[in-house]
Amino acid sequence: MSKKHIKTTVNNVEHEILVDSTWTLLETLRDHLGLTGTKEGCSNGNCGACTVMIDGKSSCSCLVLAPEIDGRKVTTVEGLADHGHLSPVQDAFVENSGLQCGFCTPGFMIAATALLNENPHPTENEIRLKLAGNLCRCTGYDKIVRSVQDAAERLSKS
Amino acid sequence: MPNFDYEAPTSLKTALGVLSGNGENRPLAGGTDVIDQLKNNRRNADLVVDLKRIPELLTLELDEGRLRIGAAVSCTEVHNLTSENDCFPALSEASELIGSIHIQNRASIGGNVCNAAPSADTIPALLVHEAIAHTASATGGREIPLIDFFAGPGQTVLQKGEILKELVLPVPSSNTASAYLRFIPRNEMDIAVAGVGSLIEVDPSSNIVQKARIALASVAPTPVRAYTAENFLEGSTIDNPTIEKAADLAVEAAVPITDVRGSAEYRKELVKVLTKRTLNICRERLA
Repeated sequence: MSKKHIKTTVNNVEHEILVDSTWTLLETLRDHLGLTGTKEGCSNGNCGACTVMIDGKSSCSCLVLAPEIDGRKVTTVEGLADHGHLSPVQDAFVENSGLQCGFCTPGFMIAATALLNENPHPTENEIRLKLAGNLCRCTGYDKIVRSVQDAAERLSKS
Repeated sequence: MPNFDYEAPTSLKTALGVLSGNGENRPLAGGTDVIDQLKNNRRNADLVVDLKRIPELLTLELDEGRLRIGAAVSCTEVHNLTSENDCFPALSEASELIGSIHIQNRASIGGNVCNAAPSADTIPALLVHEAIAHTASATGGREIPLIDFFAGPGQTVLQKGEILKELVLPVPSSNTASAYLRFIPRNEMDIAVAGVGSLIEVDPSSNIVQKARIALASVAPTPVRAYTAENFLEGSTIDNPTIEKAADLAVEAAVPITDVRGSAEYRKELVKVLTKRTLNICRERLA
């Protein structure tokens, strides 16, 4: 194991971090940057609880090594709100009760944000397809899908 | 996570030098298989060599009659390029099936090939499109027809210090159609119980099949071609009885096992059904 000195931008804040070559991005965010909004679920890419954006692309942070993000931009759920104002996706989840226990919610919000950045007007099928990598074990999928549909409407009006 | 070092060389030459050194040097592209395997001790590494900063491995080009896919190019990029250009439909379909969008954004087509899972979705699509694997090593490179690239479940013919550099596919003629379908018990996020890729090229004046390619996933220790079915199709015209017969013949290439995903008999039946369906899709696409 070796230490690597990396520079990365997390939620628009630049960080210089000394990381172990074996740390995952998930561990780095939670245990070393204190960004515990990103959750650890399955740790093998099936559940999407740890979803973050890397250079705008949704990714499972449990399957990324810390040194891989040298020079990259990472967005976590903590980076969605703008100076304390929730993003349209966050507002839509709150108002449509798009959560039950809340553990999967950060991953869903990141996945929904990445989806709407690329496709501002997804059909219900497209939403269900692109969120298939995020599991809600409370099984509250319908309200999550409605939240994303509402977020799309909010974004188109903003 | 077990201990390993990490390097991210920025030139192919440096990478090949590092990879040919002593110890278990594990190439890393998207990492969606490798990192999980390292965590679970299903593959080991003294050194992980990240290939995503090497320009040659990030090339994605469609020109001069060829599609060149650098080994570290993501499934999402390949899906976007092939769907926008409406070429290589089987590959476009397969690259959108691997895991979730979060996985496709990281996972590379080259990694799907080198991981060599018998169930890999992109491999039948690459096989029917006659992909050639271009490898690189400190002592030179090889061009290997993809069908000869696999040695067993999780095993390829790559030697120590040798990596997949790119996959090169000829652009098919306009009288060609392809399709990939897999069966899983749900809609998304699962591993193929069986998968079938088909490609048909017809003579535009006579509609006689000039070239047929059928490749199967998850029904043998490696991906396989259904040569008997291909030979039967070539020289025929595509109609319902021909498709039925080709689907029966494709089953002969399947030597599946019974496991938690399905029985051997069930997988053979799936090969028949999926071959029929992919050939029908090809027929619709040619119309």
